[in-house]
Amino acid sequence: MKPKGDNRMVRAITEEETAPTMYAHEIAATGLRVRAGRRMAVDGVDLALTAGVHGLLGPNGAGKTTLIRALATVLRPAGGTLELLGGADQRDVRRRLGYLPQEFGFYRRFTVREFVEYMAWLKEMPKAEVPGAVQRAIERVGLTDRADSRLKTLSGGMVRRAGIAQAIVNDPAILLLDEPTAGLDPAQRMDFRKLLRELTDTCVVVSTHLVEDVAAACTDVVLLDEGRVVFQGAAAELAAAGTDADAGDSPMERGYSALLARGAR
Amino acid sequence: MNHASTRQLRDYAAGDPDLPADEAWAIEVHLESCGACRASLAGEATAVAPLVEQVWTGLTPDTTPAPLRRRWLVTWATPAMAPWLVMTVLVTALAMYVDHFVPLEWPSLVLLLAPITPVAGVAAAWGRGLDPAHELVAATPRAGLTLVLRRTLAVLVVVIPLLMVAASTSPVRWLLPCLAFTVGTLALGGFFGVRRAAIALVTAWAALVVGPSLVTATTPVVLEPAALWGWAAGLVAAAVVVRLRSGAYTTADIR
Repeated sequence: MKPKGDNRMVRAITEEETAPTMYAHEIAATGLRVRAGRRMAVDGVDLALTAGVHGLLGPNGAGKTTLIRALATVLRPAGGTLELLGGADQRDVRRRLGYLPQEFGFYRRFTVREFVEYMAWLKEMPKAEVPGAVQRAIERVGLTDRADSRLKTLSGGMVRRAGIAQAIVNDPAILLLDEPTAGLDPAQRMDFRKLLRELTDTCVVVSTHLVEDVAAACTDVVLLDEGRVVFQGAAAELAAAGTDADAGDSPMERGYSALLARGAR
Repeated sequence: MNHASTRQLRDYAAGDPDLPADEAWAIEVHLESCGACRASLAGEATAVAPLVEQVWTGLTPDTTPAPLRRRWLVTWATPAMAPWLVMTVLVTALAMYVDHFVPLEWPSLVLLLAPITPVAGVAAAWGRGLDPAHELVAATPRAGLTLVLRRTLAVLVVVIPLLMVAASTSPVRWLLPCLAFTVGTLALGGFFGVRRAAIALVTAWAALVVGPSLVTATTPVVLEPAALWGWAAGLVAAAVVVRLRSGAYTTADIR
């Protein structure tokens, strides 16, 4: 059954939608430096990311949040270059961006639907598409039965899912999720990973400090330490980097600690 | 076949395994063409009635439209601004009370506070400190000067009628100072953050103008009609700065 309000089937396809992509990477950064307060939290990062789910892994204070905020165009880089969607101008990039901040605050008296709708308005979505897109996003995160509850009545996990709904409401080309699984219970985490696997045409960057999230849902891993990329590759390669001598309970965790230790040396 | 008996219909509805297959088929065929028996079947099919009811409720389109009250309002003002606007109204009401009922030889408090009346609302309109959703909003295409100006206008829509009611003097004396402070807050805010700009301007005004004129019990020179040209010049200068620095309102760099 078609989701309520989905009018894609009858809508004519525009020239814009059939236009070929003119860039190689959704996210292309070279020597990116970003300040967090006075500290240079991201210090010379090179990244080239295309569609797929990219796990951004690293210890607390590694610069994950600062990097994501720069990718979300919320912080201006202090140095280096950052090209999003082939260097489209900031406003166009933001229309095709989904962003869930780590500390995600909102107006507690809004209902889930009002919240997602307001974000759709801020993202300059065509007015006619908004109700359908909002309903679809709420369904995808499994909040349909709470769509008209106020945010202040929801549990932490539900609020986070509402946050994910606002991030995906505009079918973003780049989706940035900062610690999205914090506050979710194991079943919700599995649902979330399933949702991630469905976003095949999107360049998703998920920051996390949970190695198992990466193992389950990410196509590749970027390991960040002290503002620099210490490893980038497939999840399996991360696991292969560890030996039994390294700290950790799973091959992935051992690889993680091995690479961090190697970076520190 | 004649009409089906009540017993047959009851067994059929209950899916009774003792009902012979040929009899069940015959009932089925008969039901297809006989409205009266279908009606009595409906009476017998009590076991499935709740399920049918549930399915129909699920299928009925929800015709109650979602509440509309916030849709247009939030495009002009955020809930984060509401407490600050309420505070503004209360402070102005208090100043008005003092003007009318406290026997002191002070110049009009409402007039003295008029320039800084909109500042608190403007501070809440854009910036991380007072708006919990700022981080989310700052990453959207609508973030920028237009959104900031929309919210500022919403503040003025509250503040100007409020001053019209509260001030006993003609609007000529306070309107330009009020607008100059509003735009000035945004202009300074483009460099230091709107909240810091608001705090600086309110502190400066209170220390340099409100305090001295309460002590000396005279209306300050800057609020005399002769000073209006100065306010007009300040307003224009601030507006130019805001226009030139419009890019500053698109990121969360300023706090």
